[in-house]
Amino acid sequence: MAEAERIVGIDLGTTNSLVAYMEPESAHGPGAAGRPVVIPGEDGANLVPSLVALDGSGEIIVGNAARSHLIETPDRAVYSIKRLMGRGVEDVQDELKLFPFRLAGDMAPGEVLRIKLGERDFTPPEISAFILRQLRRNAERFFGAPVRKAVITVPAYFNDAQRQATKDAGRIAGLEVLRLVNEPTAAALAYGLDKKREGIVAVYDLGGGTFDISILKLQDGIFEVIATNGDTHLGGDDIDNLLITIALDDIRGDMNIDLARNGEAVQAIRKAVIEAKIALSSEQRATIECELPGGRHYRRQITREQFEQLIAPIIQRTAGPCRQALADAGLKPEQVDEVALVGGSTRIPRVRQLVRELFKREPHSELNPDEVVALGAAVQAHILGGGSEATRDMLLLDVTPLSLGIEALGGVVAKIIQRNSTIPASATEHFTTGVEGQTSVAIHVVQGERELAKDCRSLARFDLKGITPMAAGLPRIEVKFLIDANGILHVSAREQRSGKEAQIDVKPTYGLTDDQVESMILDSFDNAEEDFRARQAIEARNEAQTILDALEKGRGTEAWVQLTPAERSRIHRLEQELLVVRNSENHHAIQAKIAELNEATLRLAELMMDSAVSSALKGKSMESAEVGDAMNAPHPFAPAEIQETK
Amino acid sequence: MRAAHFCESCGKVQPPAPTDYFSYFGLPRKLNIDTAQLEREFYRLSRKLHPDLYARASEQEQEWSTERSSLLNDAYRTLRDPVARTEYLLKLEGVQLEEQSKAATDRARESGGEKKQVVPPELLEEVFELNMQLQELKLSKQMGEAADERVVRDLTAAKQGFEARLSGLDQRLQQTWAAWDERSGQRHEGDAESRKALEAMVEVLNTRSYIRNLVRDVNAALEA
Repeated sequence: MAEAERIVGIDLGTTNSLVAYMEPESAHGPGAAGRPVVIPGEDGANLVPSLVALDGSGEIIVGNAARSHLIETPDRAVYSIKRLMGRGVEDVQDELKLFPFRLAGDMAPGEVLRIKLGERDFTPPEISAFILRQLRRNAERFFGAPVRKAVITVPAYFNDAQRQATKDAGRIAGLEVLRLVNEPTAAALAYGLDKKREGIVAVYDLGGGTFDISILKLQDGIFEVIATNGDTHLGGDDIDNLLITIALDDIRGDMNIDLARNGEAVQAIRKAVIEAKIALSSEQRATIECELPGGRHYRRQITREQFEQLIAPIIQRTAGPCRQALADAGLKPEQVDEVALVGGSTRIPRVRQLVRELFKREPHSELNPDEVVALGAAVQAHILGGGSEATRDMLLLDVTPLSLGIEALGGVVAKIIQRNSTIPASATEHFTTGVEGQTSVAIHVVQGERELAKDCRSLARFDLKGITPMAAGLPRIEVKFLIDANGILHVSAREQRSGKEAQIDVKPTYGLTDDQVESMILDSFDNAEEDFRARQAIEARNEAQTILDALEKGRGTEAWVQLTPAERSRIHRLEQELLVVRNSENHHAIQAKIAELNEATLRLAELMMDSAVSSALKGKSMESAEVGDAMNAPHPFAPAEIQETK
Repeated sequence: MRAAHFCESCGKVQPPAPTDYFSYFGLPRKLNIDTAQLEREFYRLSRKLHPDLYARASEQEQEWSTERSSLLNDAYRTLRDPVARTEYLLKLEGVQLEEQSKAATDRARESGGEKKQVVPPELLEEVFELNMQLQELKLSKQMGEAADERVVRDLTAAKQGFEARLSGLDQRLQQTWAAWDERSGQRHEGDAESRKALEAMVEVLNTRSYIRNLVRDVNAALEA
């Protein structure tokens, strides 16, 4: 496979992240279908916790290695960053109460959030980029080659700003994001590849921080999303936070100490409640147990029944979106043929029970709910890369989860693209001026289902400028809104009377500008890329030196004299050529020349070998043989078999 | 005539040319559509135009593919839905739906008021009654009293009545389609029969939209 075409699928999750790729068909023998597999990290684990820490020496640590930092130096670590992607200071106040996110002190309203990690600040896309870079490195180690292109999954219910932020994170991590794929849709792809399924499939995806429900129609390899709904701030995190609050209340009541502001203690409790939560999926009771500062010990028994009562209101929040998605799809629960479960939180028995009640059937969970999204992303990556027999007929038709609108007079939203429209989708609107001589028109684009713009998500404000001064109402400006296959909005405008393109400066309400992203692109990425190339070049150069040294030795032997003049001159020419390319950074060129020289010196090696064998038979030790040194070089000049003749 | 989506000689995706949704799918401007056939055609074209197939193509081709498939999706979305399809035809034929027209929206914007809808004459009496009941419900809510059971019952019954009318309207809409489609062969500028069919469509759609809003209001009042 050409290096440039190596496209990976990435699930950038709230709690865990994974990278996967489509194994080539040949890996399973001729005729075997390729299948998606997760690429493990250096520690052998498939899941990379979405955890980023800054260690004492200023180095970024990601994943399992950052766990100890989270407990020991909680002010230098961050988790669940996905919750802050594409959001502004104004709309994360609730999150800040529940999560130990520390915003930079000098933040202005409307600015992209910056999170403090020790003495430095990072935006959420930058923190996500650290995770992506780790996944990329894992893949590069696995392939032994650079990885530049990826498909990244996002919650289906992510809005434009959250999608844009994810794409920015990819760019910062040095990845060309070929496509953002919705998580439940990716899961459906993995399921659909597994068994050639047909019919109506609902994907219920409850992860660490987000909930999605997508209803798809599968037919002849087309995966058509009919409706999607969800909540981008609902998941296992909410269950953890509820249990943490209870533990903190217990501690306040029993020991009369308030640990809510004690980062270390909260992290210790968090770890304990997560363990108990997981245990309760298989056990009838569990114990929340942890050490508190001052040598105190916290311990609380919790039964599954109590747990289920506690989490019922959280889980119940998934019911509304499910009903809405069914209604939007124009379907009754009975018309859904299959329900697939995705996301770690669907391991909770009470969640499965709710799904059973909502859809009146037993949900599927054959594929690992933690991995299925990444596997689907790998399938989509493979399709974008040109596909193969296994994916030949597969095509994903996804939808936009939220309606797109423009703020009209009085703050009312005029919807121009309805939710659940298949993407790419577009709408063309005409605008005019209200005052004579007006040369610009301000436009406010929002996303959401509410009637008033202030209740919707502000995406961008922009001015149509450079309008030729005319009487009010005379200019006719055509603005085209296009939602691309990633679910990201593009705007273009034209003044119809003059036919000239109107100028648009789209200022994303909660996004980074192109220049900002450009300046954030991890230097380390470029370095990693360069390092990788440099390392390969160095290795090739070392290899070249080895063969040149061996050749030098060979020239002093009888074997050299036995070569024909043509053979000798060919070797000489290739040697000169290798000396030239050896100094380049192009490891491919160096290696090609080494291979040629190797081939040209094959007979020399054989002759030397013969003479070495005969010297050995004459009773000389290998070490003292003329050619001995050359023999020890790791090169075809010195085949290992020689040793056996001793 | 079918719009040219691909270059005939090289097979590459082409930039979108201005066209209406009917001709995009190579369909005559008729309202009775074989939606199963439309779906097959939509899938067939999606398999050729979708951006996923151009991920490795030039930037220009990617852009065209995105524009082309957005047009395909917009066209399919409009034509597969009976109401959207009818509204679209009316727009193509230059007929304005009074209540939903841009003009009405603009007037509402200028006056800062709500978009006024004319009550379809046959509904006058029922709407009057319904508004009284809604008012009553609102009042008792404002007073903090529990909603009068009789009012709730009456409203629910009225809502069901309106919902039944909606399905009746769908049949009437299909009759107007038949009238329009019949003239398709011999249509000429200012064809009186065609005009009549279009006007009937406007009437059905206006009534329909009016009733839908009523049902929405009743639902909102009952849930509040």
